[in-house]
Amino acid sequence: MRYLPHTEEDRKAMLDAIGASAVEDMFCDVPKQALLDGPVDLPNYVGEMEVERIFADLAAKNLSPSIAPSFLGAGAYRHHVPATVDYLVQRGEFLTAYTPYQPEVSQGTLQYLYEFQTQVAMMTGMEVANASMYDGATATAEAVMMAVRATRRQRAVLAGGLHPHYFDVTHTSAHSLNIELVHPDSDPTRPADPASVIDLIDDQTSCVVVQSPDMFGRVIDLKPIAEAAHAKGALVVAVTTEIVSLGLLEAPGNQGADIVAAEGQSLGNALSYGGPYVGLFATTSKLVRQMPGRVTGETQDVEGERGWVLTLSTREQHIRREKATSNICTNAGLCALAFTIHASLLGEEGLSRLARINHANACKLADMLDAVDGVELMNDSFFNEFTIKLSKPAEQVVEDLAERGILGGVPITRLLPERDDLANFLLVTVTETNSDADMDALVQALGEVL
Amino acid sequence: MADMSQGRSNVPVGGSQATAPKTISGSKGLDFAEPLIFEMGEEGRTGVDLPDVEVSNDRLGGMRRKDAVGLPGLSEPQVVRHYTRLSQKNYGIDSGFYPLGSCTMKHNPRINEKVARMKGLGDLHPMQPDSTAQGALELIDTLATWIKTLCGMPAVAMSPAAGAHGELCGMMAIKAALEDRGEADTRKRVLVPESAHGTNPATAAACGFSVDSIPATERGRVDIEAFKAKLGDDVAGIMLTNPNTCGLFENDVIEIADAIHDAGGYFYCDGANFNAIVGRVRPGDLGIDCMHLNLHKTFSTPHGGGGPGAGPVVLSDALAPFAPVPYVVHDADGFKMVEHKADSDAKPFGRLKGYHGQMGVFIRALAFMISHGADGLRQASTDAVLNANYLRAKLQDVMSVSFDGMCMHEVLFDDHFLKDTGVTTLDFAKAMIDEGFHPMTMYFPLVVHGALLMEPTESESKETLDLYIETLRGLNDRAQSGDAQFFKDAPVLTPRRRLDETAAARKPVLRWTPPAE
Amino acid sequence: MSIKYTNDHEWISIDGDVATVGVTAYALEQLGDLVFVEVPEAGRAVAKGDEAAVVESVKAASEVYAPVSGEVVEGNAAIADDPAAVSGDPAAGGWFFKIKLSDTSELDGLMDDAAYKAYVDGLD
Repeated sequence: MRYLPHTEEDRKAMLDAIGASAVEDMFCDVPKQALLDGPVDLPNYVGEMEVERIFADLAAKNLSPSIAPSFLGAGAYRHHVPATVDYLVQRGEFLTAYTPYQPEVSQGTLQYLYEFQTQVAMMTGMEVANASMYDGATATAEAVMMAVRATRRQRAVLAGGLHPHYFDVTHTSAHSLNIELVHPDSDPTRPADPASVIDLIDDQTSCVVVQSPDMFGRVIDLKPIAEAAHAKGALVVAVTTEIVSLGLLEAPGNQGADIVAAEGQSLGNALSYGGPYVGLFATTSKLVRQMPGRVTGETQDVEGERGWVLTLSTREQHIRREKATSNICTNAGLCALAFTIHASLLGEEGLSRLARINHANACKLADMLDAVDGVELMNDSFFNEFTIKLSKPAEQVVEDLAERGILGGVPITRLLPERDDLANFLLVTVTETNSDADMDALVQALGEVL
Repeated sequence: MADMSQGRSNVPVGGSQATAPKTISGSKGLDFAEPLIFEMGEEGRTGVDLPDVEVSNDRLGGMRRKDAVGLPGLSEPQVVRHYTRLSQKNYGIDSGFYPLGSCTMKHNPRINEKVARMKGLGDLHPMQPDSTAQGALELIDTLATWIKTLCGMPAVAMSPAAGAHGELCGMMAIKAALEDRGEADTRKRVLVPESAHGTNPATAAACGFSVDSIPATERGRVDIEAFKAKLGDDVAGIMLTNPNTCGLFENDVIEIADAIHDAGGYFYCDGANFNAIVGRVRPGDLGIDCMHLNLHKTFSTPHGGGGPGAGPVVLSDALAPFAPVPYVVHDADGFKMVEHKADSDAKPFGRLKGYHGQMGVFIRALAFMISHGADGLRQASTDAVLNANYLRAKLQDVMSVSFDGMCMHEVLFDDHFLKDTGVTTLDFAKAMIDEGFHPMTMYFPLVVHGALLMEPTESESKETLDLYIETLRGLNDRAQSGDAQFFKDAPVLTPRRRLDETAAARKPVLRWTPPAE
Repeated sequence: MSIKYTNDHEWISIDGDVATVGVTAYALEQLGDLVFVEVPEAGRAVAKGDEAAVVESVKAASEVYAPVSGEVVEGNAAIADDPAAVSGDPAAGGWFFKIKLSDTSELDGLMDDAAYKAYVDGLD
């Protein structure tokens, strides 16, 4: 078997050195009744060519967004990742390295994580960021836990526009710790109303969680909410699912955010049917010791040369155990590297242009769709994602579009199944990857289907 | 004061031995002096050619950005060179032997990378209709079947994003089961061996449980009498790692399972060390209720400098109803994703992450499994255990093995053999770095002093192991001869020498900041 | 003024009904160089055995327990600002907090200098 170096001679020599007559001797501590006599009931090994064929067959059964015009978002965004990114992340010294616990031979990983932390802090307008979480949803849950620890209050207000998956993940963690979550419904037919959140903040509120652009694509001004929250001693958690939006929108840190939880998938990372993605987590210097996750810091070696190390480790599980800020160990290392490389290639001007193209395309498609019979645009504001109301139930429309080879959008009821009032609402997302031909195809198909 | 026994000084005290001469550029041959991207950037440079689109009538709700983000501008060649140079300062499995205990640093095959990037797999959107992703759903279902079969368990939760996340999944399923029985308020105590990985108690606390530590015997296993004495009707369950963090199989595991069940509790198994037994023992036959796997350990998906991983959790019939959403079902119409509690026939405890799991990691793990097959996986675990016992046999006369008898896929030493040499476990590890080996895990588990935990994996040839053994024996000779300073100075041949972790923690500098104008 | 010690390696220097609490040199040696210290605020009531302060090195974190019950009179801001100022010597300035005792009989169970030295010797 190609991955196993030992010959039978090797094995025999090693067994002799151990003083064992057979391999079974090494498993003497396993209860006899639990030892299997032979391999389990699964196929035997195959060569690489066969492996490729098996996966190609599975791939052929899917409709690929690389071929079909695709307008899907709802927390995962198709952007063009430059070829350079994928080649660099596959360098063996990045791909096959472990967590940088021995910094002298991990300066590559540590330096890129420091660059990643800096990029995330810059984009979000915050003072510090960690070296990644699993994804935006778990980052949001961790942000709420952090606010609860920092304020010693047991209640959190989550704005209605928060992505339902993010709410569900937060609820799952909060339930275990008896944290009360308040989460009003949101109405996409009108602009988001800050009062709906502000009215719910009391002096037992640890934090207010607000997503912008929200799940319907609406852009939210955090400032009035932040003022109200701070007046009651509550922290502000700003969430974004589309990090590219920060190339054109005001940073949450400049609007009063205390913690930012975001999804970084848009930069450097393929859609990959939902994972692995990369959670971004940023906060103020004041709160840094409550921050979960790994973090890299600058220091010097014995010769005075600048270098980097993992630091503030006493917050983490391997030292603090049950008193840790989080149980997180492995995070999203290579996905953070992909993000860092893509953001390095873009730079200031590239990120700005990318964001502008996304918004311009969205404006164009929004107007085209609004002009179609049976389609009504809901949003006054959006970045690259908006909600339209159809004259028919959106889930059926999406299936009809799929039959025509178009991935037309995400029905709101897929995210909020209990909202029958939103059965005809569809979330449509546009990026730089959508051509004029794509948009024409969608408009044409919708005209036929509605 | 409590539990400071493993603390140690982190201000390097080694004298600066004469090393290579200083150069003009700061680079030394292939060891390049590489600044941060923020120190290299220039306005007007870019590494991506995108059209410059005016957006005059924006619809951003008045929230258009006014200040610059501050990102540096670099050209594509600069970015390529920068990250290439950074990679050259790193040690990976591709570089050399990486015997980190409980991490399972085995070979990461590149066919896995190739199939993960195939069109129709790597580019699928998680929210595309199920009807357009039947192959993807079938892939997840196939992987689930392999996992259930290897573990001998009826169900598996696929969504957790890492081992610790899988632990959370398992413990939340247990909590949900207790709630279902009306016992969540009375059963809040979880038993955890003192040798457990830190994620175990951290996870228990995150679920609202209290942690009660079980001592180990001098044989390195859970003290079963002490364990039984701690049972009561306020116990929710036990979190047991098997094989354990000392690299030993818990002989009494079936008795432990029976006892915890008799007491009305559940058995969570930490499967980080599954590489010792995959294909030879099914944890389901040992009486577990749930166990997480680390796909990035046993099933070779790359560690990537700290992730991404995946931590699916196998579940018994008792816990299966509480598995989180979303999950894949297979009926006459094909494959479907159940995404909401309301659509489920069971009682899911909630959702653990956005979307349904680490698909990119699933693809790689399944490719690894299929490449090995049932027979190959059994041979892999055999070779992993063989390699660890070989290291034990060839080093035990000079280094202090902590426990007698056969080990599993990893072998634990403590720093007893360094007594009176002035050399610590840390110093010994740093000297290994100069010899071209990544050190083993140090100072874990906490049940022995100055632990050195070595896990060779099945990927290493006998030649590599023999060189490693020879090197460690030589280093030990040097330590015994009294040359402590040599170890205190190590490493001297790496791009950076020992770094001041104390200064990094006292005055944390966690990002680059533009110099004050 | 007398000095007593606890099993958890705290020293306590008693002056009338106010006690000054610190950690011993043995504990500091085990921890390694300190990077972070958190001290209680004045006015806080603590019971014997409660977590009163936190001390961290790079690789370890530890609670400092209140050896006696009472009300915190002062937490030492100097060490909170500069962890390097912590010292195991009661005579030097590196104390953690001062506490007004509510029950002086709690002092009876603590070790004196000789007993503590013997205790530490037994540990190694």
